[in-house]
Amino acid sequence: MLSDFIPFFIQLGIAIGLSFTLLKAAALIGPKRANVIKQGTYESGMDPIGSAHQRYSVKFYLVAMIFIVFDVEIVFLYPWAVSFREFIAAGVGPGVLGVIFLFVIILAIGLVYDIKKGGLEFD
Amino acid sequence: MWGDMAATLSLVIVSLAGLALVVFDAFNNRHVATPWIAGLALLAGFIFEIVGLGGPEGTAYSDMLRTGGSAAFVNALVLGSGVLTVILSVPYLKKIGHNIGEVYALILFATVGMLVLGAANNLIAVFVGLETMSICLYILTGFVRSESGSAESALKYFLLGAFSTGFFLYGIALLYGATGTMDFSAMKAGVEDGGGVMFWGGVSLLLVGFLFKVSAAPFHMWTPDAYQGAPTPIAGFMATASKTAAFGALIIILYKALPTERWTDVLAVFAVITMVVGNIIALSQQNVKRMLAYSSIAHAGYVLVGLSSGLVEGYSGALFYLMVYVIMNIGAFGVVALLEWDGKEGSEQTLDSLAGVGYRKPLLGWAMVVFMFSLSGFPPLAGFLGKWAVFAPAVDAGLVWLAIIGVLASAVSAYYYLRVLVVMFMKTETEASSKLADSFTIPRSSAAVIVLCVILLFVFGLTTSVIELTDGFFQSGSVATVLGP
Repeated sequence: MLSDFIPFFIQLGIAIGLSFTLLKAAALIGPKRANVIKQGTYESGMDPIGSAHQRYSVKFYLVAMIFIVFDVEIVFLYPWAVSFREFIAAGVGPGVLGVIFLFVIILAIGLVYDIKKGGLEFD
Repeated sequence: MWGDMAATLSLVIVSLAGLALVVFDAFNNRHVATPWIAGLALLAGFIFEIVGLGGPEGTAYSDMLRTGGSAAFVNALVLGSGVLTVILSVPYLKKIGHNIGEVYALILFATVGMLVLGAANNLIAVFVGLETMSICLYILTGFVRSESGSAESALKYFLLGAFSTGFFLYGIALLYGATGTMDFSAMKAGVEDGGGVMFWGGVSLLLVGFLFKVSAAPFHMWTPDAYQGAPTPIAGFMATASKTAAFGALIIILYKALPTERWTDVLAVFAVITMVVGNIIALSQQNVKRMLAYSSIAHAGYVLVGLSSGLVEGYSGALFYLMVYVIMNIGAFGVVALLEWDGKEGSEQTLDSLAGVGYRKPLLGWAMVVFMFSLSGFPPLAGFLGKWAVFAPAVDAGLVWLAIIGVLASAVSAYYYLRVLVVMFMKTETEASSKLADSFTIPRSSAAVIVLCVILLFVFGLTTSVIELTDGFFQSGSVATVLGP
């Protein structure tokens, strides 16, 4: 059974080998002419101001959490929307519509909770 | 679909109540009605499951969940434990100043997970239930964020729990790869044709996941830390309801999906390790909650003795033992929760802080006497009947050595259970009074729960009708010897 995967492992080996070879080759034979602009953090951007090691409000994690919730929602909604015509053709359209409404309502409850608890208020 | 919902009405009620509670709490923060909504929803579910106990067994949601029979029994235990936990939590959380509405919503969502787990008929349902339950319990363990001990225990519980979930999921994946099905009954075919390396590897990983959740040694390390840091009534909930649901799923998997005598020796070894480790380490505990945690590990070992017999009597005995275990531990954690109010001494939860409580608060003292005697297995209390129900099938199955070790382990356990009573009663009142802080009042609701647990322990210690009921959940005869290579 494992022998079915031999082509996969060969390709994996080639991919890893090739990337290491190219990296090493570039380091060995590439010209190295450093100057101030090239060594900057953003070569064609603005000059950085101060250190990046700064404190910032962990409130951002709430935004990140809400983002993940709605990201996952799309993962469910998209295949549902794509196959909805087939559900209608099979005659289960209203039921499937009800199920997805339930799903969205449950998500909305989370959003209502978050807003009421002040999760989106920055002071 | 409506038929499925009617068949699993308790699940629907508790889920909807949980969602409603989140919205209600968002608009009315810390409202007095919040615990009432949670408690009444759990009570409604409990009544539904009790009514369903006598009804026919069936499946719902395309064979994903089972209804009636053992599923109804396990779910009734979970819901009953939830009701009592909510009642005990209200005064406790008010006392520690964290009576927030989310706690009750989380208890409801954790219960939903347990209901799915206890009624699962499919590995996917097991996994979804297990995770819903675990995630809520991680939060409940650590919701007193200001206490560093609470946060520490939550983090330990979360990291180890997530790790064990990995084992569990990998086991499911291997089993699916080996048999091409997630359904318990269909999986039996994998046993019948002997199974391959992949099949037995998957089963072993699945077992590791389950043994972690029921805190059997050597997967028990998280238990004392998690129970010590968690708010005491919540620790009682974790100790009783989550273990009951996990054992309920394990019993059904052993019975329906993997009926083979291969389990006898494996589970017997785990039972011995768990009983010995739990009881020996409990001997040296000075913290009452840690002591109860190690005792709960030992009790998981007793349940495993019943399972390792491989007889249906063992499975039904294990279910009965779980019921007794729920009642004893909810009561014991309830008493400890009340005594924690006893000033600084009490909040440290040390054994010495109990000195003289038997005289000062006779109700708590005598209730603790009943719980401790029942935990150590004295007749005529239910704990004795429970031990008989799990040890007798082991003897019938020829595992006499296992039953002997079990009885010896429970003899050892008597030392640390009775030591609690020694501290409570044998220290004279004057000697004790130096340790006592201001007097406190026992809330009527908590007292009612504790008295109810005491009464139930006496009632179930004197009647075998529940064992007859649980016997009816399984077809008679030995499962283990029917199949297997």
